[in-house]
Amino acid sequence: MAEKSKYTKRPDGRKFEELRKMTAKVGVVKEADGSAMFSFGEGKEATTAFAAVYGPRTLHPQHMQNPRTGILRVNYDMLSFSVNERARPGPNKRSKEISEVSKWALGNVLELKDFPNTVIDVFISITQANASTRCAGINAASMALAHAGVPMKELVGSVSIGKMDRTLVVDVNKKEEDYEEGEGPTDIAMAFTSRGQNVSLMQLDGKIRPKELKEAVEMGQKAAMEIIKVQTKALKDVRGDVKK
Amino acid sequence: MDQEEKTVKKKREIVVPGEIIVSGDEFLPGDGTERDGKDIVSKRYGLSDESGRLVKIIPLSGVFTARRGNVIIGRVSDLTFNGWLVDLGVASNGFLPLAECPRYINQNDMAEHFSIDDLMVAKISGVKGRGIDLTIKGRGLGKVEKGIIINVNSNKVPRIIGKEGSMISLIKEKSGCDITVGQNGLIWIKGNKIEDEILAKNAIGYIEEKPFIEGLTDKMEGWFKEEKK
Repeated sequence: MAEKSKYTKRPDGRKFEELRKMTAKVGVVKEADGSAMFSFGEGKEATTAFAAVYGPRTLHPQHMQNPRTGILRVNYDMLSFSVNERARPGPNKRSKEISEVSKWALGNVLELKDFPNTVIDVFISITQANASTRCAGINAASMALAHAGVPMKELVGSVSIGKMDRTLVVDVNKKEEDYEEGEGPTDIAMAFTSRGQNVSLMQLDGKIRPKELKEAVEMGQKAAMEIIKVQTKALKDVRGDVKK
Repeated sequence: MDQEEKTVKKKREIVVPGEIIVSGDEFLPGDGTERDGKDIVSKRYGLSDESGRLVKIIPLSGVFTARRGNVIIGRVSDLTFNGWLVDLGVASNGFLPLAECPRYINQNDMAEHFSIDDLMVAKISGVKGRGIDLTIKGRGLGKVEKGIIINVNSNKVPRIIGKEGSMISLIKEKSGCDITVGQNGLIWIKGNKIEDEILAKNAIGYIEEKPFIEGLTDKMEGWFKEEKK
């Protein structure tokens, strides 16, 4: 830590570097070509994201077709019942931004050269929100893309690192996101790839010192690898229809 | 990845993108894999399969990818001046040129042979960037007439056909139906009685439910005995 913290634990009793308990499952949407669920935390306190992948399929409108490569389209949607106060359904400024950054985070690992003029559609639905929704969304989408058999170089694991006053914490929840004492709250969403460990997403809300940022990235990388382990396990554990 | 992962494994295992399947210069990367230094890395989700030095991935899920030589069942979606556009259930359209018909067809009589929504058994003669070329020159290819069409997941087609066609010939024999399996997941069952066709359909449904069990052909024989009672 940059400075000795006056706390030893976080509001929900986790250690500073501890992720919430994760749940992951693939094949949750039968109609889709690939699908997955990912959640941080359990029960009422969880952030849960569902992702469904369709394609490669013909792209409409036709003017968007690219004869060199297939394209990726991501739609992030927070369902109206996902938060305590009913969220107005439909696209808004926030969901459009998150759709776009999720697309960037996932697009770099895909290899769509063999599918010219086509599109891969990814629909991310947040059924329950308790901070880090874009991270849960990216994690679910990464698994769903793999499950759909899309050629990709590696998986993507995403996590948010928060700063409460001067304490860095892994995988923030709503309470920590709204922490108002001292320097106030900071939330950094980041995503890493499984093999190259490259950064594919980094967004900063709030303020942070360069030295602390470096530390935050290291913490994020470690946490992302843990997430990728969970994703891998879920993908390999589809014994329901695979028996050796 | 762990040391364990790097040791040679002969068993088929589920791999995820970015996972090292085997390591060593002697191995060759096949479908769905790529070489990275010494390692053979998986590029897609599926079962890893080593046959000799060649390492490849058998897909478990995803949409059908058209390959040259595949027999498919498609639905005519449009007529053009020199051929038919055929919907194969994949991103790109199939195209059957007039010249690929076994006998001469006048351009004005095209609709008499295949009109919109007619089904055909065709072979893929080539896959180009923009589309899939089809032919109906060959045995067993042509228009789908009578019988029923069922739709299955295209990844389960190899199981339905079985090793060297063992499974499909068993179903054909037991049900007395003529069955054509399209690689894109459409299956044409044609029998003398509707009961026979339904029996064949149920048999295929049974395979679809449990696709990854060893010795499924033997189980299938037992299933037919049960059904015939």
